[in-house]
Amino acid sequence: MGAAPERRTADAEPRQQISGPRPAKKMGTPESPRILLVNTTQKAPSWTRNVFTLDFGFHGLMLGAALTVLAVVGLILSELLQRSSLAWQKFGFHFFAGSAWDPVAGDFGALPFIFGTIVSSVLALVIAVPLALAVAVFVTEMCPRPLRKPISFATELLAAIPSVIYGLWAIFVLVPLLRVDVAPWLMKYLSWTGLFAGPMYGYSMLAAGTVMAIMIIPIISSITREVLAVVPQHQREAALALGATRWEMIRIGVLKNARAGIIGAIILGLGRALGETIAVTLVIGNTPQIAKSLLAPGYTMASVIANEFNEATDSLYVSALIEIGLALFIVTVIVNILAQLLVWTATRGAPARSNA
Amino acid sequence: MNKLYPMLAVLLLAVSSPAQTKLNGAGATFPYPIYSKWFNEYHNQHSDIEINYQSIGSGGGIRQVTAGTVDFGASDGPMTDEQIGAVKGKILHVPTVLGAVVPAYNIPGFRGELKFTPEVIAGIYLGKIGSWNDSAIAKANPGVSLPNSPIIVVHRSDGSGTTYIFTDYLSKISPDWKSQVGRGVSVSWPKGLGAKGNEGVAGMIRQMDGAFGYVELIYALQNNITYGSVQNAAGNFVKASLASTTAAAASMKTMPADFRVSITNAPGSDAYPICSFTWMLVPTDWKDKNKEKVFVDFLNWMLDQGQTFTSQLNYAPLPDGVRQKEREAIKTMIR
Repeated sequence: MGAAPERRTADAEPRQQISGPRPAKKMGTPESPRILLVNTTQKAPSWTRNVFTLDFGFHGLMLGAALTVLAVVGLILSELLQRSSLAWQKFGFHFFAGSAWDPVAGDFGALPFIFGTIVSSVLALVIAVPLALAVAVFVTEMCPRPLRKPISFATELLAAIPSVIYGLWAIFVLVPLLRVDVAPWLMKYLSWTGLFAGPMYGYSMLAAGTVMAIMIIPIISSITREVLAVVPQHQREAALALGATRWEMIRIGVLKNARAGIIGAIILGLGRALGETIAVTLVIGNTPQIAKSLLAPGYTMASVIANEFNEATDSLYVSALIEIGLALFIVTVIVNILAQLLVWTATRGAPARSNA
Repeated sequence: MNKLYPMLAVLLLAVSSPAQTKLNGAGATFPYPIYSKWFNEYHNQHSDIEINYQSIGSGGGIRQVTAGTVDFGASDGPMTDEQIGAVKGKILHVPTVLGAVVPAYNIPGFRGELKFTPEVIAGIYLGKIGSWNDSAIAKANPGVSLPNSPIIVVHRSDGSGTTYIFTDYLSKISPDWKSQVGRGVSVSWPKGLGAKGNEGVAGMIRQMDGAFGYVELIYALQNNITYGSVQNAAGNFVKASLASTTAAAASMKTMPADFRVSITNAPGSDAYPICSFTWMLVPTDWKDKNKEKVFVDFLNWMLDQGQTFTSQLNYAPLPDGVRQKEREAIKTMIR
């Protein structure tokens, strides 16, 4: 720290010490109260006194932090683009439409993986969203007070379990359950939909979607709970005052007001589902194919990168895998953009809550 | 503050080790247990030498040794000519141990040992043989009645040396396989489910009735997995074991000078047909001559004493003929 700059006006008062030696205690006299001398005339360094620099510095620091995040995203994107250029030159757009994945012949196509990622994530959402919303609504609106904490704690606990544990549990419990109990029932009663057909090995899109649904329930439900809790109480009271039943009150007074937040929560859950690697690769069967049936095995983009990247030595092979990473990045960005559009249309650009 | 400096000095002295030669290697995961044991034993005998090995995969091993970031690499599959060309200087493939791949299965109601001909294995993986009571399987196993249930094919989803050995064997015995699929650490499988790692394949086989897949011999032995015997080039049905694996390597009539050879479908009468060397990738021009001397000494130790540790970890040792050739190659090529 440099010396304080020269003050233009001379200091009229002499500088006083802030603290000095303690005055000696005189025997026989009552102790005089100790008074700490604070020097109010000594000036602090000018850079802290300068409101402009402090504010500007703070502003700059926060701006720098935000730009760093953008820079990281930009660096990831540029690295992906750069290292996938070899595969891009060879295949062009056909890479995203091709279905072959042959490392020996050098023929690569990402379509089965894009299909697998999207289908398993959408399936996970279809299973998880009603459950998560139901949990959130129950905990905030209808739960008896003593049960509130245990249920929310248990839901949060689901989020803390590592993905690989979910994968192991799925292999030993979920897959046999689906193969032996659930799939025959689905094939018997719902095969008219065309979604449940063919031999069921247990390792399937359905297993992957189910385990991912369990993993994203805590994310969606905890954010939804937060959003529902801040809906003003008078919204609920107004709905009830107009003669709404309990369900109508929740629907009109609470859920409608929390629309944007709920959609945001769902998108966060979808984001986790799109990127989930290990739990999916353990139960999805790892077969790069596009099948209509949910009981057939599949493959996702994150799984193929995790499985094959370590041993890929051929430079075209590595480049193709990185291009799959780029495809995953693009899919995630598109999904987020669509989500923003959805929020906008749901709220018609108007604020989520009307100010009553 | 005054007490801090002596404490720091004592700490530094305690932590700093005597002048040590440290070597770094990286590569294949398959031989990691035996390499770990060797480096440990070697260090016990030469306490000033420390060799560190990271099992990051064969691909990683080849990449690191090409970039020169490690002193030596290790790979389950030999480097291609293209990869060797990318390395500055010469690189020597030193076979260290042998590994084998076994056909494992889970047939409800049948706990015995099945015999597999090459045509049956290729047929199953190509999708031509779809159920267990197929005539080709019955012909190889007279007197055994198998159920009329579909064969659920299982393969590795991750790139692996085990897949390389297995597809190399299939390419040799089946022209259809060679033209349709080929060999590699990762291939485009005509059918079947993919599982991650030996443990994934074994888990799938155990869970599903009628499943058939391939796992590493060591894994099968350690986990008591039922596996069958395979008919070798001489026509005999041989069950994979340490002895039959070593016999396969010993029965090879010619060994190329650079040891890059595939020993699948070996000609010996008691050779197991689906096995392979695993190699250490050793550069021949070291900048640090002291390190080079140390590593050459280690390689010679590995060929003599190291091979005695292999059977306790279920690795098949190198046959004598190969060991002798390697000693000569190391002497002449690494100066």
